[in-house]
Amino acid sequence: MVETVKYDPRSKFPPVDANSGKSVYNLLSGKYMKVWQGPQHPGITGNMSLELTVCGDEIIDCKTHVGYLHRGFEKLMERRRYIQCFPLVCRICVPEPDFNEYLFAEGTEELAGIEIPEKARWYRALTLEMARLASFLMWIGGQAAAFGMGTIGQWTVTMRDYVLDLFEELSGGRIYHMYIIPGGVRADLPAGFALRVEQTLAQIWKVLDDVELALMYNAVFKKRAMGLGVITPSIVDEYGITGPNARGSGIQRDIRKDNPYLVYDQLEFSIVTETGGDAYARTWVRLRETRQSIDLIRQMLEIMPTSGPFFQKLPNVLHWKIPGGQTYKKAECTRGEYGFFMVSDGTELPRRIYVRGPSYTHAVTLMEKLAVNVNIADTAGLMVSLHTYPPEIER
Amino acid sequence: MATERQERTIQEVKDSDPVCDGQAGLKFVHVGADQAVAYITRLRDVQGYTHLVFFTAIDYIEDSIFRLTYMVHNYASRQDLGVQVDIPRQGATMESIHHLWPHAATYQRELKEMFGIDFPGSPGVDDSFILEGWTGIPPMRREFDTKLYSEQTYFPRPGRVTHDTAAYMKEKLYPSEAETW
Repeated sequence: MVETVKYDPRSKFPPVDANSGKSVYNLLSGKYMKVWQGPQHPGITGNMSLELTVCGDEIIDCKTHVGYLHRGFEKLMERRRYIQCFPLVCRICVPEPDFNEYLFAEGTEELAGIEIPEKARWYRALTLEMARLASFLMWIGGQAAAFGMGTIGQWTVTMRDYVLDLFEELSGGRIYHMYIIPGGVRADLPAGFALRVEQTLAQIWKVLDDVELALMYNAVFKKRAMGLGVITPSIVDEYGITGPNARGSGIQRDIRKDNPYLVYDQLEFSIVTETGGDAYARTWVRLRETRQSIDLIRQMLEIMPTSGPFFQKLPNVLHWKIPGGQTYKKAECTRGEYGFFMVSDGTELPRRIYVRGPSYTHAVTLMEKLAVNVNIADTAGLMVSLHTYPPEIER
Repeated sequence: MATERQERTIQEVKDSDPVCDGQAGLKFVHVGADQAVAYITRLRDVQGYTHLVFFTAIDYIEDSIFRLTYMVHNYASRQDLGVQVDIPRQGATMESIHHLWPHAATYQRELKEMFGIDFPGSPGVDDSFILEGWTGIPPMRREFDTKLYSEQTYFPRPGRVTHDTAAYMKEKLYPSEAETW
């Protein structure tokens, strides 16, 4: 018999063990049921699973389980030269790999004291915004599909494919681009690229109008997403929440504005915020940020330099010894603050590379908190509304 | 009411003049293990470093230490501060900071699993995080050899030729450069 703290039997919540402080569920009582959601559930954006304890159709406890995508990138990188780490890092986040490439390159350059050409800085920013656009388009599809609107998902995923076509033209790769390499970028823009980008952006803009009408003013979506997974401003810092999840709660923070990197200080844009703090407000923030990305790409194509070098020659990368030191580089990806903490001990191999993905806090601690009292049918919608990618939790 | 020891520690933290290095927007500070949590609490509550960006460890096996790195951020001054604490590798234990930031418990759970650093009192610190059922040494420690582990765990399919990477590159890929190495 487990000794529990004072307990009211009428409560739908279980008694708490006096020693461990954990909830004690009597699964034979008929009051509770365990449901596993994942690791292959389509509502969850990637392979992770939720161990849900439900009372009726209401979740009263949620535990997240990760590890299905663990490939030990950080450990593997300790045995590889910097240039050998480069094709590994992009695999840490599949739908938006360019941030890994950029931060790894930026960190390596800073430790090695390398200055990259101006044109490369513009090309990097252009690639990052295109990656943000592709990631947001995929996310809109996921969010709509989680509430049963699969058609919207088909529209936006088609548009994402057109962005991937542009990436293919630019770098040769659709998913993993390996375009932003230490020293600059790998290639110049192909002839007529700006024109084709503009054609694609115009198409996407039109689809976003349709998405806005079909999703944001849809009675079913509003009814289910409003009030779901409310993040109050007071828990934003407590839980390390960044990106659209924080901005959906009225917190005006964006690394592109606060700590501008690359060429963001030369572009005109404002921080998108909403005040609802729920899944509906977060959807608005992301939809507007999708349009913002389109606007930023247009601005960049208009004012970026068209001549000059795009790559700074490096020493022989197979024998490249990086001077000892440590640095932390960060950027605003679609999910929040993405960062690389890099430590070099002066040898050819990195001492430690730590990847800070925003999903680490959003998908584990925050999800476990927000899932309580949510209807089991809304779990997928809640999970997607936090926009998480499990590979960056496990690395 | 603060005990005498706590008061002394807080005073030491206030008096300490941490050695900072790094470029604008990012600094690193080294503090002693017994002062670290008091120092971080002061950073959060008094100096406005309200955001715990990440918490990780670096293994310096040759010096027999783990260097814990708490990265905190101040949104007002837009400054990142890496608080670094050296703790001995042998029986590595550190005070928990889950009472300051709830998500620190997840970082501590991972550090326990990957480096074997204990954080007594941290919620769920003994539960497995990524490596369910792992019984070997914590894999992020430097003495864990990934190559040896894969050789012992997995076996190559028959009929495949493998080369020593360094020798093969010298012979085949860069024969002209090999003499200069």
